[in-house]
Amino acid sequence: MTTILILSVLALVAIAIWQMTKIFELSQLKAENSQIANDTDNKNNGYLLFAFMVFTYLITIFSFWKYSKFLLPEASSEHGAEYDYLLFVSFAIIFVVQFITQFLLHYFGYKYRGKKENKALFYADNDRLEFIWTIIPVIVLAGLILWGLYTWTTIMDVNDEDDPLIVELYAQQFNWTARYGGEDNVLGAANVRMIDINKANVLGLDESDSYATDDVIVKELHLPVGRKINFKMRSQDVLHSAYMPHFRAQMNCVPGMTTEFSFTPIKTTDQIRQDPDVIDKVKRTNAIRAERAAKGEDNSDPWEFDYILLCNKICGKSHYNMQMKIIVETQEEYDTWMAEQKTFAETVMADEAKPAFNTPKGETAGL
Amino acid sequence: MSVTAHAQIDAHGHDDHAHHHKETFVTKYIFSQDHKMIAKQYLITGVLVMGFIGIAMSLLFRMQLAWPGEANVLFEALLGKWAPDGVMDADVYLALVTMHGTIMVFFVLTAGLSGTFSNLLIPLQIGARDMASGFLNMLSFWMFFVSSVIMVISLFVEAGPAAAGWTIYPPLSALPMAQAGSGMGMTLWLVSMAIFIASSLLGSLNYIVTVINLRTKGMSMTRLPLTIWAFFVTAIIGVISFPVLLSAALLLIMDRSFGTSFFLSDIFIQGEVLHYQGGSPVLFEHLFWFLGHPEVYIVLLPALGITSEVMSTNARKPIFGYRAMVASILAIAFLSTIVWGHHMFISGMNPFLGSVFTFTTLLIAIPSAVKAFNYITTLWKGNLQLNPAMLFSIGLVSTFITGGLTGIILGDSTLDINVHDTYFVVAHFHLVMGISALYGLFAGVYHWFPKMFEGKMMNKNLGYIHFWITAVCAYGVFFPMHFVGMAGVPRRYYQNTAFPMFDELTDVQILMTSFALIAGAAQLVFVYNFVSSMFYGKKGPKNPWKSNTLEWTAEVKHIHGNWDGPIPEVHRWAYDYSKVDDNGEYIIPGQDYVPQTVPLQKDEEELNH
Repeated sequence: MTTILILSVLALVAIAIWQMTKIFELSQLKAENSQIANDTDNKNNGYLLFAFMVFTYLITIFSFWKYSKFLLPEASSEHGAEYDYLLFVSFAIIFVVQFITQFLLHYFGYKYRGKKENKALFYADNDRLEFIWTIIPVIVLAGLILWGLYTWTTIMDVNDEDDPLIVELYAQQFNWTARYGGEDNVLGAANVRMIDINKANVLGLDESDSYATDDVIVKELHLPVGRKINFKMRSQDVLHSAYMPHFRAQMNCVPGMTTEFSFTPIKTTDQIRQDPDVIDKVKRTNAIRAERAAKGEDNSDPWEFDYILLCNKICGKSHYNMQMKIIVETQEEYDTWMAEQKTFAETVMADEAKPAFNTPKGETAGL
Repeated sequence: MSVTAHAQIDAHGHDDHAHHHKETFVTKYIFSQDHKMIAKQYLITGVLVMGFIGIAMSLLFRMQLAWPGEANVLFEALLGKWAPDGVMDADVYLALVTMHGTIMVFFVLTAGLSGTFSNLLIPLQIGARDMASGFLNMLSFWMFFVSSVIMVISLFVEAGPAAAGWTIYPPLSALPMAQAGSGMGMTLWLVSMAIFIASSLLGSLNYIVTVINLRTKGMSMTRLPLTIWAFFVTAIIGVISFPVLLSAALLLIMDRSFGTSFFLSDIFIQGEVLHYQGGSPVLFEHLFWFLGHPEVYIVLLPALGITSEVMSTNARKPIFGYRAMVASILAIAFLSTIVWGHHMFISGMNPFLGSVFTFTTLLIAIPSAVKAFNYITTLWKGNLQLNPAMLFSIGLVSTFITGGLTGIILGDSTLDINVHDTYFVVAHFHLVMGISALYGLFAGVYHWFPKMFEGKMMNKNLGYIHFWITAVCAYGVFFPMHFVGMAGVPRRYYQNTAFPMFDELTDVQILMTSFALIAGAAQLVFVYNFVSSMFYGKKGPKNPWKSNTLEWTAEVKHIHGNWDGPIPEVHRWAYDYSKVDDNGEYIIPGQDYVPQTVPLQKDEEELNH
């Protein structure tokens, strides 16, 4: 149905354009037969330039009015607040510059539209003006650079201060696995050459490494709120990118090396679900999903907000569906959950028939 | 003094004309060594044919994004087995995205734009009879043609064309078991690109040598039109950076076919461990972006050069700040080779490197800002002749500013963390380099069409329709796209239905796709205008835009050697528009422009620009 609609709209647009050109061509026969802009063209297009300026402002306002509620909710990580603030200030600068420059550009286009009797001003140079608009960007950008770099070095400084929780994010086509260091909070050695599918050792942990025995391997990422998490990313096949937009966190997963990122979650899943913006978003989304359900379409179950880990580096056919749920909870909830999980020693090393890791809600362990 | 100079030029001109030989169809239209014909060959192959394919692909995947998983007769008709029952396959979606990027960036906006206008304008605007080497020029075009043919053939191979994104990051692009398109399709992609790079190098070297050696008498570097400066510097960046892409492609070919491990290490895929050990995909990213970022400016600088020329001519005013414009081009060119790392902030490279690249990247905003302000000042108090070419030039400045400003977000390593690889990036680079460069291309076509087709002019009213629909739709597509990116939607997703958090964005996708479809239809107006004007266009005056540059003094009818008589001598810069003497009268009474060939008048001051 939509297809027919699009095609008919396209056909109509094509016909409209065709007819418009015919009219233009017909009207042209009477006028002078030149393809060079005359005063009438200058006038019409001058007015259109002015209208276009209004259009650029309107589409900006429209987009903000309609779409700003779609933006990510306030950051749920400690460094995220600083990120959001820097983003806000950068955008404020951008909009001021955008507003002024687009105005000047289009307004001049309108104001100085050509007329036969007019004379342009021969104005080739002005060192002072050029100095001004060189130095202003220099100062503004210098400020942004310094602020950005300071924030960047703070965010990217992955260190062992404050007793961070060590978590491995393991990427493969097309799913994520997480591994915790266990009691000792140290990840055991691992390498793709030690992967043993028959024993379901799919992360390639070194069975002879004592640090590995207490490692906990899961398909759902649980994080205690308020504790610094140091992520170690690995990939076994192609490039992936661990993208956690709600935490303003992202790092590529590169086969052959371990990459790192670190953040401290500050809101539990329960807390963010109470955020007014998130409540609205869930409401809107569930209205759409209810509509789908009414039409008997798929993908229509009611949705509850969850933090999510997405893959954000093209990785193949199912790149668009490579995700893992993230649950941020209180330390007590986290401890309870962790206590229920089996260690590497208890699963893979003990019994070869059992799956490699803890699989929530009856999901099967993917390869 | 002037007499002896003329005598020298005469002698030289005569020399060129001594070996006139009969042109056959093959030497005139196919294996032509004439720069004007080669320019048209580039325009038709690069822009019209490859451009059509590239844009059509984008419309297909935009429809998939707006109506995910829905059957579409167009998919069934065009994609065949890759759209069973008319539903687009996830692999072919990635293939379309990849080929759209490759074709638009390399074939349309690099070869199509530079190939057309560098070839057409360098000899004509510097006052040369042809390129330094007509034969190399011909070779360059035919290598480009072969690479285009190979790239198009790759669309039809059994497992599909390359589908790893236009950046072809290994290991995805290196392992056929990782993705169907990484088999024969990727091999053809690499072969095609290797030939393309050779073609580009031959062309660029030719442009550089021509600009340095064949300028006519009086055409000092500081009297060159800004178009030539832009083409010249573009060619230099190309010569510096394209060989690095060739080395990356060769190493990737070795990894793929000969078992080396330059980019691969520790890989377990489809149940087995591969032998690769010790390589790094990050190395590939460095090599790729060492070309890839300068590539952005290879695409953009010629468009900015064209805009400078078109804007000044149609504003009837000199370009404001000629020296600053040249300095900006040089600064952008230099900085463009040391900013590539901003594509890799979160690639796993050392964060300290990220800091350095943030610094250099935000520096590049300064010459860009200077250029934008200078364009705006050029319009101020002008007498604007709003021809279609002029509108496209103003449009370019508009999208260049809008797209450039969001670069401040992306170039900041901190802010890049959360918008990296989202639709925010897609919106940014489409506006700042895609749409802007296309506008520059269109401005050039409308402006120099009479030069390409022996005085025939394009229909202006069709040009206006083309511009206004395109201008509105371009913002209609890419402005809302920033918000999609800020909502966290990653690029290169076949559909966003796997994430309920993106459900409410479907309406935005439909809006963007609708604008894209209308914009696509508007390009057909251009194609119609182009083709019909080529055959039936009405001839205009010899110098239709009343321009100062040398190309309008050349013969309207295309002859080998461009000028029937001696090559003209240049006495002034290219921007003496509306110049007046002390009494407020135009230098040439009754004419608001002074062509470069007119000697300085008595008491006239040459601006020390």
